[in-house]
Amino acid sequence: MILGADFIQFSLIPILIACFASIACALPGNFLVLRRQAMVGDAISHVVLPGIVFAFLLTGTVSTWPMIGGAAFAALFAVFVIELIHKLGRIESGAAMGVVFTTMFAVGVILLEQSDTSAVNLDVEHALYGNLESLIWLPSLAENSYLSYAALAEIPAELWRMIGICVIFLVLLVLFWRPLKISTFDEGFAASIGLRVATIRYSLVVCAALAAVMAFNAVGSIIVIAMFVCPAAAARLMTNRLLSQIYISVVIAVASAMLGFILASHVPLWFGYVNTFSSAGMIAVVSGLLLALACLFGRYKMRS
Amino acid sequence: MIENLIEIILFQAGYNVSLVLFGATILGFVAGMAGVFIFLQKRALVCDALAHATLPGIAIAFLVMTFLGGTGRSLIGLLFGAALTAALGLYCIDLINRYTRLSEDVAIGAILSVFFGAGVVLLTYIQTLSFGGVAGLESFLFGAVAGMLLEDAYILVIGSGFCLMILLLLQRPLTLISFDRVYAHSLRLNIRFYDLSLMMLIMGITVIGLKIAGLILIVALLIIPTVAARFWSDNIGFILWASAIIGGLSGFMGAALSALLPDMPTGPIIVLICFIFFLLSFLFAPFRGVLAQFMKQRQFQEKVHRRQGLLALGHNEKIYDGLTLKILSREGYLRKDGMATPLGQSAAGKALLEEKRWQIFRQMSVHNSNVKGFDELEDIANFLTSDELNQIDIIIDKQNRVI
Repeated sequence: MILGADFIQFSLIPILIACFASIACALPGNFLVLRRQAMVGDAISHVVLPGIVFAFLLTGTVSTWPMIGGAAFAALFAVFVIELIHKLGRIESGAAMGVVFTTMFAVGVILLEQSDTSAVNLDVEHALYGNLESLIWLPSLAENSYLSYAALAEIPAELWRMIGICVIFLVLLVLFWRPLKISTFDEGFAASIGLRVATIRYSLVVCAALAAVMAFNAVGSIIVIAMFVCPAAAARLMTNRLLSQIYISVVIAVASAMLGFILASHVPLWFGYVNTFSSAGMIAVVSGLLLALACLFGRYKMRS
Repeated sequence: MIENLIEIILFQAGYNVSLVLFGATILGFVAGMAGVFIFLQKRALVCDALAHATLPGIAIAFLVMTFLGGTGRSLIGLLFGAALTAALGLYCIDLINRYTRLSEDVAIGAILSVFFGAGVVLLTYIQTLSFGGVAGLESFLFGAVAGMLLEDAYILVIGSGFCLMILLLLQRPLTLISFDRVYAHSLRLNIRFYDLSLMMLIMGITVIGLKIAGLILIVALLIIPTVAARFWSDNIGFILWASAIIGGLSGFMGAALSALLPDMPTGPIIVLICFIFFLLSFLFAPFRGVLAQFMKQRQFQEKVHRRQGLLALGHNEKIYDGLTLKILSREGYLRKDGMATPLGQSAAGKALLEEKRWQIFRQMSVHNSNVKGFDELEDIANFLTSDELNQIDIIIDKQNRVI
């Protein structure tokens, strides 16, 4: 791989964004996997679309903060309604999730088709599998340096957002390490020593929703589920310690992102093929392959 | 518009449309019924993974058929490919469940996203080929009644009908297995066979429904009618048929509306109609609906307030609670100045007696666990024989005389 101008302009930023998006999803994903709440990630990813469409209808633009607000609102609303159906209707939570997220997704698609979105880049395919390849960096190289302020200012904002989310998650992880760990492994004991398990539970879901919403723009909603589940699951099969699991999941997430992007965008070119494949899809596939490797060769894979 | 809708509904808008309508109805019917078994086994979201896992199969089938010289449009071929990868996905979920320590929801999420990702990669590959078939493939995401050919409609009708026949045949053993696996095992039923058949049935329904509802939303037809039917009864037979009818109606109305509005993808419309049924059931079903529960709660609250109010009257305590005052004066037990009416006094006396009776009954039945279910707001005379009642009254008499 030639680290020339082409790479820096077209591939560096997408790879970085993909890496940080994967990390941002893998971090809460660890806890979702341990708490058997992986399907919450699925539900959140499906409801992000209607949230964004709703925000677009309200504000008339696809600028980022309204979109993020709309998606976050939709995620929290969905979780709330799922709990409502689960508690009031006494319906098993998997079925409750199925009812809520399919309906919200259907509403999102109908609203999308009804409204005039031809002027803006908001279509369903984009929502599903993102548009990583478009996040290129074409600074005007008047000063002939990538590190000049003018050039850096033209880096797509998605990168800074993803880095910001990762930093926030790291801080939260350090601050709340003990409560998280205790309440994940033994919720009854945690409640008995006075930890607020309900708050922890909902905060975790909120963090997952935030990660999904932020990563949505880059990799689309369905792939976010892959990042929630696969790195954490693979790490789970390789260690018994929570800290190691988190480290390994981050490594796997980054590896999936990099390998996936290169496989999708560069490898075809090496074979003389003119076009590229969907990077987001390839990242999901690579994370799945890594999970498969862990299932086959992981040290702790067997049921004890 | 309305005339068109009526034409469509009465199966008079053309052979093609009527066939599709018929097929959608049967599909909804069988999906509703099959969904009940999935719901009973608490495996609702496995269907979501299955549906998403069909995407790579569709793409591969398209590629294979096109490279073999066809147009890549044959629905049978595409659906066959879809079923293959869906089966593979199901097998992987099973492997992960069985041989690793990952829980089932993790397995479902992994298969769902990874297979869908693979499908997306293949779709983008197909996009770059100069066949121009991608638009047709993308209609599998959300369903499209509008572009259906006659042969597609035939596949829909025949496939759904076939699934329905098989489901009706397997209905009894499946019900038994879903409710009490161990008992079914003890009856030497071949549980693996029925599990497999149910999964193949679900796969068949998913695959057939791809063209109509799309893979993202077909799972809704398998979940929502069942959940809606669940609110109306605890009887499995009722739930099976109610869910089937709700599913069938949703399929019918969804396909009809979609034929009316050709720009709208069909899947979301069907899901919305399902959801309306669900909402109505959730809110208004007797016994389990929200409204019914709310009214039951209100009735219970009134009973408690009435009893406590009467007891307070009997002890000559002042009553401050607004709801209690309202209930007592409404039933003529209380005058406006807060003093008891003669009716109220006798009711208060009765309430005091009942309280005493229940108290003694509880003391007597300390070792009897059946009494736990009684809330002491009912007349105790409804639950006891006359000599048991006599016994209690004698004890009360003795206590009164001692005092």
